[in-house]
Amino acid sequence: MKIFVCIKQVPDTETKIKITPDQNGIDTAGIKWVLNPYDEYAVEEAVKLRDANPGSQVWVLSVGPKARVVESLRTALAMGSDEAIVVNAENLDNYSTAKALAEVIKAEGGAKVIFSGKLAIDDNASSVSQMLAEFLNVPHTTVVSKFAFNGENVVVERDVEGGAKEVVQMMTPAVVAANKGLNMPRYASLPGIMKAKKKVIKEIEFSSLNIPASDIKVKYTNFALPAEKPAVKIIAGDASAQAAELVKLLRDEAKVL
Amino acid sequence: MGKVLVFAEQTNGKLKRSSIELLQAAAKSGNTVAAVVFGSHAGDVTAAAGHNGANEVHVVKDASLDSYNPELFTANIAAIIEKVQPSIILASASSTGKDLFPRVAARLGAGVASDCTELNISGDSVTATKPMYSGKCFAKANFENTNLKIVLMRANQLPVAAADTSKSANVVEQAVVKPDLKTLIKEIVKGTSEKLDLTEANIIVSGGRGLKEAANFKMLNDLADVLGATVGASRAVVDAGWVGHGMQVGQTGKTVAPSLYIAVGISGAIQHLAGMSGSKVIVAINNDPNAPIFQKATYGIVGDAFEIVPKLTEEFKKALHH
Repeated sequence: MKIFVCIKQVPDTETKIKITPDQNGIDTAGIKWVLNPYDEYAVEEAVKLRDANPGSQVWVLSVGPKARVVESLRTALAMGSDEAIVVNAENLDNYSTAKALAEVIKAEGGAKVIFSGKLAIDDNASSVSQMLAEFLNVPHTTVVSKFAFNGENVVVERDVEGGAKEVVQMMTPAVVAANKGLNMPRYASLPGIMKAKKKVIKEIEFSSLNIPASDIKVKYTNFALPAEKPAVKIIAGDASAQAAELVKLLRDEAKVL
Repeated sequence: MGKVLVFAEQTNGKLKRSSIELLQAAAKSGNTVAAVVFGSHAGDVTAAAGHNGANEVHVVKDASLDSYNPELFTANIAAIIEKVQPSIILASASSTGKDLFPRVAARLGAGVASDCTELNISGDSVTATKPMYSGKCFAKANFENTNLKIVLMRANQLPVAAADTSKSANVVEQAVVKPDLKTLIKEIVKGTSEKLDLTEANIIVSGGRGLKEAANFKMLNDLADVLGATVGASRAVVDAGWVGHGMQVGQTGKTVAPSLYIAVGISGAIQHLAGMSGSKVIVAINNDPNAPIFQKATYGIVGDAFEIVPKLTEEFKKALHH
């Protein structure tokens, strides 16, 4: 069976964000790009599923500027994915990205299970998986921390608020968006990295997918850094005095109690 | 003026605070406000929806809608949208809201801005501000190429005024739509904690590696109990297996925005600071005076958490229950 993993390349979590002068984005100079951390769980689960089902293949797919995105696709290949596709595009929103992913998956003959991360740590939107599922007319579950496949259906555990969990069964094909805790992503082995370097990554131009410009629904502007916080007020004294003073400040000055 | 549709969430027949925030914001915009409520308790909240600004409440009182199913909810919300014809939809960035509305948006060709912290409605147009990179920066979401604009707001970001009991809403009962489902919810396992989720909490007490071992989280739980707070954690202690990932605050955890965030034994990695920097007041307790957490803190205590936290618990007890 064919398993797809949709990944995104994002700035490393260590990145200090700087805003461009026109305030319509972030300054990407000097940024280290990495595979979105939640997508690592998606790749790992796809590879495990492939290994448990002989004859299966993992296809990893990403939409973005191909010159840099191929690096994250190679990371996914080094982790054990079999094939990789990049859709070369810039400045898409989640809607048009999901449309592009759906078009490519359909054109490649569909998939039994499609994995992704529950969100990308750049725009924090957590929406592409659900949109993709809708465009493919298949079920989805997000925030998944447990996955099982019985040959026909998938059964997943979804983390919801307050530590609650839902056990969800879906008919395949199905879209599964991974949460932390789903598995322990493997490190790419040296032979894996060498093999990944030699793989041909299939390139598709976004313009060839016939997705209209009107499928971009949201544009982000006016990027700004959070307001500077005033200097910290250090509370002196022994533990008892510090505790008493803090409670007084929270009540009388900050008024949050 | 257009129509604003608010997806109102309720638990056991009580409107969630986050939904009241949205109803009041919608009413303030001068648009007609339609609320939609799902489930066998839907009828219990129609009065409250009216008191908080809804002109009409669409209820789908069907027990099949008591628990969330993406396909079933998408079909039902799409049917209501078709009848009500709103230009703006407001919903909470709750686990239901975040899962449901991107799918609805894809079905209806609409745009969606998720996890927003500021809302600006003018006539039938809307913009929203949302944290990017888990709070390292903010950006404005502008809608285009869509007549239907969907904004998912994070809880506790909008003011709530007292309900106006002189106001009421027209109640419209809607029939449930039952499509063929490929998704089956087999079981719902309740959480161990009755506390609010981190993303909704007004006060958070968070622990890091400075607590030395998992058992010492009890000290934070005691403090949280006195404050009615939710307990959070840094990535280091989640990765160490002391607490579950649901408690993690940061760039690979939850982005939070409480009124009060108390960080105990957390040095403040850039990923953690991103996730909690939206907090109104930040207290840092750490024995290292050079810990980066102090750069974001409002109040700082340099010292031994094991001495200070129990004292703090006592002081709060006195201050809050005298």
